[in-house]
Amino acid sequence: MMLDGTEDEEKFLAAGIAGLQQNSFYMHRALDSNNLRDALKYSAQMLSELRTSKLSPHKYYELYMRAFDQLRKLEMFFEEETRRGCSIIDLYELVQHAGNILPRLYLLCTVGSVYIKSKEAPAKDVLKDLVEMCRGIQNPVRGLFLRSYLSQVSKDKLPDIGSEYEGDADTVSDAVEFVLQNFTEMNKLWVRMQHQGPSREKEKREKERSELRDLVGKNLHVLSQIEGVDLDMYKDVVLPRVLEQVVNCKDELAQFYLMDCIIQVFPDEYHLQTLDVLLGAYPQLQPSVDIKTVLSQLMERLSNYAASSAEVLPEFLQVEAFSKLSNAIGKVIEAQPDMATAGVVTLYSSLLTFTLHVHPDRLDYADQVLGACVKNLSGKGKIEDKKATKQIVALLSAPLEKYNDIMTALKLSNYPRVMEFLDIPTNKVMATVIIQSIMKNATRISTSDKVEALFELIKGLIKDSDATPNDELDEDDFKEEQNSVARLIQMLYNEDPEEMFKIIETVRKHILTGGPKRLPFTVPPLMFSSLKLVRQLQGQGQEENPFGDDSATSPKKIFQLLNQTIETLSGVLAPELALQLCLQCAEAANDCELEPVAYEFFTQAYILYEEEISDSRAQVTAIHLIIGTLQRMHVFGVENRDTLTHKATGYSAKLLKKPDQCRAVYACSHLFWVDDHDNMKDGERVLLCLKRALRIANAAQQMANAARGNTGSVMLFIEILNKYLYFFEKGNPQVTVAAIQGLIELIMNEMQSDTATSDPSADAFLATTMRYIQFQKQKGGTVGEKYEPIKV
Amino acid sequence: MVLVLALGDLHVPHRAPDLPAKFKSMLVPGKIQHIICTGNLCIKEVHDYLKTLCPDLHIARGEYDEETKYPETKTLTIGQFKLGLCHGHQVIPWGDLDSLAMLQRQLDVDILVTGHTHQFTAYKHEGGVVINPGSATGAYSSITYDVNPSFVLMDIDGLRVVVYVYELIDGEVKVDKIDFKKTSSNQSTQ
Repeated sequence: MMLDGTEDEEKFLAAGIAGLQQNSFYMHRALDSNNLRDALKYSAQMLSELRTSKLSPHKYYELYMRAFDQLRKLEMFFEEETRRGCSIIDLYELVQHAGNILPRLYLLCTVGSVYIKSKEAPAKDVLKDLVEMCRGIQNPVRGLFLRSYLSQVSKDKLPDIGSEYEGDADTVSDAVEFVLQNFTEMNKLWVRMQHQGPSREKEKREKERSELRDLVGKNLHVLSQIEGVDLDMYKDVVLPRVLEQVVNCKDELAQFYLMDCIIQVFPDEYHLQTLDVLLGAYPQLQPSVDIKTVLSQLMERLSNYAASSAEVLPEFLQVEAFSKLSNAIGKVIEAQPDMATAGVVTLYSSLLTFTLHVHPDRLDYADQVLGACVKNLSGKGKIEDKKATKQIVALLSAPLEKYNDIMTALKLSNYPRVMEFLDIPTNKVMATVIIQSIMKNATRISTSDKVEALFELIKGLIKDSDATPNDELDEDDFKEEQNSVARLIQMLYNEDPEEMFKIIETVRKHILTGGPKRLPFTVPPLMFSSLKLVRQLQGQGQEENPFGDDSATSPKKIFQLLNQTIETLSGVLAPELALQLCLQCAEAANDCELEPVAYEFFTQAYILYEEEISDSRAQVTAIHLIIGTLQRMHVFGVENRDTLTHKATGYSAKLLKKPDQCRAVYACSHLFWVDDHDNMKDGERVLLCLKRALRIANAAQQMANAARGNTGSVMLFIEILNKYLYFFEKGNPQVTVAAIQGLIELIMNEMQSDTATSDPSADAFLATTMRYIQFQKQKGGTVGEKYEPIKV
Repeated sequence: MVLVLALGDLHVPHRAPDLPAKFKSMLVPGKIQHIICTGNLCIKEVHDYLKTLCPDLHIARGEYDEETKYPETKTLTIGQFKLGLCHGHQVIPWGDLDSLAMLQRQLDVDILVTGHTHQFTAYKHEGGVVINPGSATGAYSSITYDVNPSFVLMDIDGLRVVVYVYELIDGEVKVDKIDFKKTSSNQSTQ
């Protein structure tokens, strides 16, 4: 059915255009031969095409535009005619003889234009005549286009201030009156369209009306362009008349469009000064009108106006814009109890943006807005509607973006309350937005109070909510979330150690509620913040407080805290991490000369190793960390050091794979030789270690032979050789040239044996080692002398 | 001219929130041909970020790395140079040049890049060059006090490598450079 309709329409349009073109051809011919009568005749025929009822507004417009172009030429002809002596008044009379009213009126408007230009009569008289004559067309589409034509041809001939048409008889008021009248009539026609035709075609009609709306709105635009319409005239005449028409027409489409049009077309300054009137009109509109959008757009415009220049801000204060808008919103919400939550929040969001722009220093206003929003949302529980939650997030993000400082946002007492309304996933999204804002602005959060407030706010990320457990969350998303909390912890800092310690305690309190899944993410950053504080206190000098350590923050206190914190991790699936952190603390305690504390941490690390780390690869890493850390510790007395060293070598020898054992054991050799401390150089025990490593390497060879039939690689021997050279150079008297020589020969034999496996990397290592020995020999001096006896 | 970025020990998010902004603005995708990373990133986001700078990314495992599959050591050849990569917590004593030289001999490389100490160093010795690019974020270290964020850019050109070290000191990026030359592909670096 529709398809036939459009096809027909195309045909009608084509026919219309054809007719129009044909008549205009003849009209031109008549114009060329100065034949006024024929020109009028053909022009009237041409304009008759516009009498059709068969076209939709969209297609009618095409026809209209062609007619419009032709009428321009006709107008020029009329002007020439009057210059040639033809009386404009006679012409004005003559065209009224056209048979049909529509062509008659188009021609009349055209002549009218020339009439006004001739100034033989006051502009206002001609305009008045025309605007009233147009009443003859009551069909909406035809009437709208006709009046639109009138508006077009008249707009540069209005008796505006400073225009050539201004005179004693003609004033701006007349111009305004004319436009207002045209506007009023056009609106009436436009509204009438709504009620034409069967009710089932309502949607189609609304679409068609929509296409025509700019014709009506143009009048407002013309009004705004009139120079003489200053604030007073706008306030006293224009706005009241326009609003009167808007309210009285009682048409939803018209009201929505025109209210918006007013806001867009007239200057923001005017809106500020007439805020009462504008806002007063809203409750009078049809209940189905989307007021919140109109209001939001008004506030947006005013926000932008405020943002454009600081000079306009006092005006806002003077007219008390904030309170007026607040009240208006309140009234609108009251009047529409069924308004969707999303709509309510959008209104407050626009108001908040407005407030942030106009009164950036008035946090109390912003808080007021949030408070009003909370009040309106209360009783609704967690908001489920996606659109609404999106708006709430926008609402909460606005202060963050404006102030670039979460601390300011935190001063808004209603801020957390608004966040409460978000459902759990969205709450977390908002918390992440907050963290991102902090990271982006590199905001330092510097007191424990602020930290407390912040962590309260983002508690959705810190712990499981009471309601539902969180296992629906994707693992990667969870990691990202927790990593962002970890990064946040790095931003919490105060130079003053007392305050920093309070911050650490506050953070610890919160993250401990996070449960086993979150602790591996949140405890490490807290720990390292604490260790940084320890180091800072070290730097400030250790003063032994004779009255006890309890009051001031001291490294000891911090270590106690850390001890307790690490314990939580060991219960919680992350023993490797716990071990690493224990060793870090041990080293820090070492630097503070706190032997018992360091020993305690080592003990914890060892217990973790023995009881909880069973994966071979993890054990190898753990052992290296233990040996590496222990090697650097200088705070231990002989007994303690011995105990720990003994254990470490024991663990090394018990690793699962022989090569790992070998390597760990020779690493232990360094435990007995610390460069900076002469009393920690025990050459014998170093050698014992190396020999033990050799025995293990041998055993590995034999096992390989037994299991696989070949003796495997000599790599381990070469590594041990290198260690011999290391200690040889350091001056360990137990590492003799003979020992080295013996090891070299052993390696050569192994490599040449029948059961040897070739290993290119071992060959290369041996080659580089030999080269090294050569190089040392050639160095001369004491080094050269040392190396001289070694034969390669 | 081949540009190789060497960096590591970022420790994000345990010890640092992110790379310093001044470094980030300098590291632009498409300018670097290889990245070698000493490890301890620690999370996937950092890996992905580095990947955007350059697709040829080599990483050795640090003890805090989230990804357990990075290798303990890695060797690669770039131009005339053999490079070796290792985090360094496996080489005891930590930061000891002679022990690192042993690893260098074992891997048979001209340039050994390790981390762990968070302290920038570049040593030249008979076997070659040992470079530690430090910590790109200036992360806390039990071994080094007052760590400044740093990273290294190597310009490898034939038998010559210029090592540029970038350090962020008091908010300003300072650059230093060191020249190394190989006598020939088969011999050690002078």
